[in-house]
Amino acid sequence: MRALKNPLISLAAALLFGVAVQFGFNEYIQLLVLFVSVNCLMAMSLNLVNGYTGQFSLGHAGFMAIGAYFTAYASLHWSFLPPSLSALTFFIYAIGSGLLAALAGFLVGLPSLRLKGDYLAIVTLGFGEIIRVALLNMDFLGGPRGLANIPGFDSFYMSYAFAMLWILICFFTIWRVMKSSYGRGFLSVREDEIAAEATGINTTGMKVRAFVLSSFFAGVAGALFAHYTNFINPSSFTFLQSVNAVIMVVLGGMGSMSGSIAAAIIVTVLPEALRPLQDLTGIDLRMVIYSLALILVMILRPKGIFGELEITDIWRKYVRRSARS
Amino acid sequence: MQDFVQHLINGISLGSIYALIALGYTMVYGILKMINFAHSDVYMVGAFASYYVARAFGIEAHPGVGTLAILLISSMVCCSLLGVVIERLAYRPLRNSPKLNILITAIGVSLFLEYGSQVVFGADPKVFPEVMKDFVIFSFGNVELKSFDVTVLGVSILAMIGLQFLIYKTKVGKAMRAVSSNASVASLMGVNPDKIIAFTFIVGSALAGVGSVLVGMKYPKIDPLMGMMIGMKAFVAAVLGGIGNVRGAVLGALIMGLSEEMVVAYMSSTYRDALAFSILIAILIFKPAGLLGKYSVEKV
Amino acid sequence: MSDVLLEAKKITMQFGGLKAVDSVEFQIKKGQLAGLIGPNGAGKTTVFNMLTGVYQPTHGEVMLEGKSLKGLRPYQISHRGIARTFQNIRLFKGLTVLENVLIATHQHVNYGLMDTLLQTRKFIETEKALEEKAMALLEIFSLQSKAHEPASSLPYGQQRKLEIVRALATDPKIILLDEPAAGMNHSETHGLMETIAKIREQFNLTVLLIEHDMKLVMGICENIVVLDHGVKIEEGSPKHIQNSKRVIEAYLGVEETL
Repeated sequence: MRALKNPLISLAAALLFGVAVQFGFNEYIQLLVLFVSVNCLMAMSLNLVNGYTGQFSLGHAGFMAIGAYFTAYASLHWSFLPPSLSALTFFIYAIGSGLLAALAGFLVGLPSLRLKGDYLAIVTLGFGEIIRVALLNMDFLGGPRGLANIPGFDSFYMSYAFAMLWILICFFTIWRVMKSSYGRGFLSVREDEIAAEATGINTTGMKVRAFVLSSFFAGVAGALFAHYTNFINPSSFTFLQSVNAVIMVVLGGMGSMSGSIAAAIIVTVLPEALRPLQDLTGIDLRMVIYSLALILVMILRPKGIFGELEITDIWRKYVRRSARS
Repeated sequence: MQDFVQHLINGISLGSIYALIALGYTMVYGILKMINFAHSDVYMVGAFASYYVARAFGIEAHPGVGTLAILLISSMVCCSLLGVVIERLAYRPLRNSPKLNILITAIGVSLFLEYGSQVVFGADPKVFPEVMKDFVIFSFGNVELKSFDVTVLGVSILAMIGLQFLIYKTKVGKAMRAVSSNASVASLMGVNPDKIIAFTFIVGSALAGVGSVLVGMKYPKIDPLMGMMIGMKAFVAAVLGGIGNVRGAVLGALIMGLSEEMVVAYMSSTYRDALAFSILIAILIFKPAGLLGKYSVEKV
Repeated sequence: MSDVLLEAKKITMQFGGLKAVDSVEFQIKKGQLAGLIGPNGAGKTTVFNMLTGVYQPTHGEVMLEGKSLKGLRPYQISHRGIARTFQNIRLFKGLTVLENVLIATHQHVNYGLMDTLLQTRKFIETEKALEEKAMALLEIFSLQSKAHEPASSLPYGQQRKLEIVRALATDPKIILLDEPAAGMNHSETHGLMETIAKIREQFNLTVLLIEHDMKLVMGICENIVVLDHGVKIEEGSPKHIQNSKRVIEAYLGVEETL
């Protein structure tokens, strides 16, 4: 039970914060909070591959799509628990979404993770696009029209609690994995593959593990997305959605969970903040700003806002410094 | 049978377009070992540049060889300038950074050009002026060979031969090969890698400029995202042929064009865009060096 | 012949048209301290790369305890008991000294994902044991005080030592050292050699090392293999090597006779 102490405390805190959001903000902000959580899941999971393991995936949207379609299809067509237990049903579907996406991640990862750098990026981009084209051609999933009227939660608070539950599962899973021998294996792959192999690390195995775990949470993010938007179609999961995830990881700092979360918030909220400007000028500046930010970060602060540090590290440094003075 | 021959012609024509862009990818990869994601957007800017030149000087009303020449030159100049600016501002500061950072920057530049162009040129498609009338050179039954098909194939073959000559028979070419093999050693031998790299960007971008005018003649709708798909396919073509290899790029592009045409003709057009990626994945998994490329062993 | 630990059977490595190593054969006995020497470009590191699976030999095979290593990936060979260091140090530079060593213990980890997520007793105890083991190994090379510093912050000599510690942490039967004393001064080299002799005793190890410092190789190696231009030109005791005409010619060049 000791293992559950921190997650439960965090969950309680998040739920308490949710009460404030429920009563303090309007529906628009509430919806924004939900999209921040979807992006958080995307960023944290991609960080595992692009940040910690040093691989470069540009097809994260494909796995999100698989998860979204599974949950959408399941909630539209299946019913094995009474409607009063819909939250539990959705939780099970989300796991299903994750597992299906993880399976896809395994199938994609096994052949393509032999490739490095640019090539891996292009191949994952290719797989992402192939998944999307396949969805376009699947009539039972609505083809280009997609799936509409996907059941959601009855209230904002339930949606929020569901999101927080998954974010914490994702966070603690990755956090603990990174503090284990497997996590060190991921890092060794990033640092030097040849040395890692020579010290007995099955680098392909490590990459596939990272990819599968990452795909799982992308699938879950897709499931949440399906419930929150109630409507999905293949164009929700284009190359740009993958790029969006990459932007979050890169800006936040490759190899920092805190960075991923912070960037997910910025990247979700910024376009909304820019909306008045856009209404005024009629120009969509969002992607222009992101792309410029991407270039500038790479040139001026190549490790991202947080680098590899976590908020706790920064806090510790600050405490140490103030103790000295 | 006649249909098949017509598809063959169309496929080669399409492949020649890919070839012009693929050459730019392959040259930059050959020298810097990076995928210049922004290359296809340089091509897009070339199309807009010649569109605006044509409008500004009112030459759209006078189709002919002269007009074509003016547009080609303006597009080439514009693309070359843009290519050099991108290299100078975005890529050069990262010359010694990890490959991942360079890749991310390239993606950033690509997105910046795409969305910046939407702001500058507007997101709606524009109609490229009719520079030259496309006419039938030769017909046999239903099969038609048009002037465009011949031009674009001719230009891409010429470009390939020219590049081959440039790389293997000239002094600059020797310097390019030296920088490609080891930039720091090359600089010890008196070659300025920065200059050579800039030169490579100029040549590659100029070819994209040529491509943009030729494509504009055939498919007159131009928009800021027009480079995305064609760029992906040209890139796949370069990888298929063996990236870094000039002849490979043209060979790969022709194969790409033909197979795409055949898939659309005999299967379904919805799979058109998935085809490129399927080819890419297959080639990278089974023959990562491409058809004409050579595999290099990592030194330990 | 049961005391042969590692055997190279006519291993050849061809890069395109170039034969970097040509039909090299040798045996290393259990517990031996053997040396691999030769002029620059003789193919020593290529031999190491073939022994550890970084390259698959074009012809021939490597045997460990009588079993072929053909087709095995480097990590599998590491699991079989061959560890190595690199000529141009390949540490995990961004990670701490301790993490560098812990990574090498991964093959002995027996907990799974669930143990990790639920932080089971098995997980905690294994982690603790691994850390103790890693610290003990670091202590041999007096690196324990640097455990939590990034590997890249170590001075050159200590980085070489850390590579040896990392190799030892895989619990190898044989350790291959690629120029362990490169860049060290005389007394550092001397100290290193004493440590190598010590760990060999302590861990019951077999050692094969590449070294340029002739004096040093002659001083501690029991058996020496000499390569030149990818071919084995001599093998034997230091005394034998010192008096070999072919070895002297390889190093000094043949005297032209008209």
